[in-house]
Amino acid sequence: MGVRVASEWLNSCSGCEISIIDMGERLLDVLQVADIVHLPALVDSKYFGQLGDQKHLSLPEADVGLISGGIRNEEHLEVALEMRKKCKLIIALGTCATHGGIPSLANSWTPAEMMERVYSTETTDRPAAYPAEGVPPLLESCYAVDEKIKVDIYLPGCPPHPDQVFNALVALVKGQPLNLPTKSVCDTCPTVRKGKGELKQVRRFLQAPHYQAADEPLNQMRCLLEQGLLCMGPVTRAGCGGDAVTPRCISARVPCRGCSGPVRHEGNQLLDMLNALASNGIDIKSIPNRPLLLRFSGAHSLLKPAIHERRSS
Amino acid sequence: MSQAITIQPITRIEGHASIKIWLDDAGNYQDARVNYMSLRGFEKFVEGKPAEELPDIVCRICGICPWMHHLASNKAVDRCFGVVPPPAGHKLRELMQTIAHAEDKLLHFYFLAAPDFVIGPDADYAVRNVVGIAKANPELATQVVKMRYLVKMILDKFSRKTIHPIAGVPGGFCKPMLEEERQDILAKMRQVLDFALFTIDFAKTNVFPKYLDAIKTLGVITTGFIGTVDEAGAHNLYDGKIRLMKADGSYDDFDVQDYADYLGEHVEPWSYGKFPYARKWNEGFALDVDHPKGIYRANTLARINVADRMATPRAQAELEEFRALFGRPAQATLLYHYARLIEEVYACERAIEILEDPEITDPNVRAPVEPRAGRGVGCVEAPRGTLIHDYATDENGLITRANLIVGTTHNLGPMNLSVKQAARALIRGGQVTEGILNRIEMAVRAYDP
Repeated sequence: MGVRVASEWLNSCSGCEISIIDMGERLLDVLQVADIVHLPALVDSKYFGQLGDQKHLSLPEADVGLISGGIRNEEHLEVALEMRKKCKLIIALGTCATHGGIPSLANSWTPAEMMERVYSTETTDRPAAYPAEGVPPLLESCYAVDEKIKVDIYLPGCPPHPDQVFNALVALVKGQPLNLPTKSVCDTCPTVRKGKGELKQVRRFLQAPHYQAADEPLNQMRCLLEQGLLCMGPVTRAGCGGDAVTPRCISARVPCRGCSGPVRHEGNQLLDMLNALASNGIDIKSIPNRPLLLRFSGAHSLLKPAIHERRSS
Repeated sequence: MSQAITIQPITRIEGHASIKIWLDDAGNYQDARVNYMSLRGFEKFVEGKPAEELPDIVCRICGICPWMHHLASNKAVDRCFGVVPPPAGHKLRELMQTIAHAEDKLLHFYFLAAPDFVIGPDADYAVRNVVGIAKANPELATQVVKMRYLVKMILDKFSRKTIHPIAGVPGGFCKPMLEEERQDILAKMRQVLDFALFTIDFAKTNVFPKYLDAIKTLGVITTGFIGTVDEAGAHNLYDGKIRLMKADGSYDDFDVQDYADYLGEHVEPWSYGKFPYARKWNEGFALDVDHPKGIYRANTLARINVADRMATPRAQAELEEFRALFGRPAQATLLYHYARLIEEVYACERAIEILEDPEITDPNVRAPVEPRAGRGVGCVEAPRGTLIHDYATDENGLITRANLIVGTTHNLGPMNLSVKQAARALIRGGQVTEGILNRIEMAVRAYDP
């Protein structure tokens, strides 16, 4: 009998589960030592019994529980509580689980405002009432998992790199300590920083950054933030590049948008970035939409229904 | 009603859904429903955001087909800002999309669907999964895992980030392709084409013949279809006109900018997911198994039904063989699996075609864009169906409203009909087994939701 693994996805997109599959052949190695007792994307274990005749939601017991996605509705909450009850260890997998992720951008609005738009678009036949039968009621906000249950290990990333998932599972199986990134994306970025404060404004990503030739190595390209692009590298946790380390987006000559969440778990990417820009003499009014600095970390009450009205334009 | 059965969650699919079946006092089918449980509100929370950021936000709608949302969004923003990407920009986008299709179909066929056919629909649920396949047929499983990984890593290596891509940008693509990259990817895609041809032969020899009875009966309904075709009426995944076909085979072709004249979305009180229907047919919307109204289907079977032909030779040969057996339009729901493998062949052939085009390494891949007020509809064929992103922007290029019709949602109505049909046919006199419930789920799984 191997290590029993249960996995659940809540307010999520299934990208974290695909990242698990993207371990490639290493997945077959993991399956040698792990028994997957519950994983809706791949395994047919059901909440209400295999004949669908039980009254209460129930999950099998497991040593390790992976939860991706934030908690947005009552079903998510019920599943998260059951996972906590049945799993010895809970891993919050991916930035939705650790900090709300992209879906927590919805926290700038109330559930009623959200429903109002979704059920009145140009092509939608406006209903007499919003859906409420057999669907789980929405909670007030999109919560990170640790706002509702205790989390033992945080594995942020949108999605976490397959190397990180693999390394974490191997460490758990072998009982070794986890070696998670603690630096910022900037700390691991090879681009050239001159550190001169001539930049006064950030600009939107409307044209390519400056670099010499298509095959120019990254360590010869000027830092994208110093080129004036709003790169979230200073306030974002490193690790997106996996064992290869180099930040993914920057290696495509695209600025970091912050998808691994804040460097410290309890950090605030919006405030930290405003501080970083202001202390370098950059006019923070040049940012087109401030809540977007929290696009991956709007849970933990950082984005709230009033904030979008105060957005700068 | 004496008994209610809840199949929750529906497993080996890509989203959050459940099935509820009600039986009468005699234990026979009374009604069934598929509830779509998830509501995240993308259409609301993109408001106010700079349009050029949307391709990196909306890809989070789906972690399995993020390239599709990413590219439909880029096309919509191109139009809002009035920019036309250089040819190599479009070609790199199409190349990524096509390779993503090739990966997606391998994932669905082998990891999600195959356990029902290879292990068997009645097998113990503990082994009716990809792990069971790995234990029963380790050689095939290893090859599958390797090939899927090979395709996925083509995308990952070149674009740098393939789950939630960032490489498409309004105005084109973030970086050009180098000659050595082209050669490397070309060699790999030729390998994948070989595997695609192996897969369809394997399925035609070892899988489909065994399940012919199920194919002819399970979840079978009669509907219209939707998909994208090029100017000559050939199947296309990346661009073209939309073809909306009725069950009798007659059809309308239209420009996706006019989609709202043809499609509507119905809301049911028991589903967060909205139900697209053919508004153009003027018959309303009804989830009646025997007399559906406004119902058409999307995804693989729909696309090969609406297309006059496939645009690549081997896929065309497969289509001819398929049509000789099942006609046009083919209605049997489990044929989605067969159609998926025909599209797998197309995706590999098309990727090779693009890679053999000298223009693919043109360094001019991105036109600069200027924010402005505008409106744009962007569309691509996602694995799960015609994907429509419709945005409007203000003079600063910030989003004022967004309307999204996501590929999977076209099939929400049809999945309900297929589940009703399957439950009605399979559940008799209160006899409910795991095998029966799994067969009902198979009627959903064919749509790969």
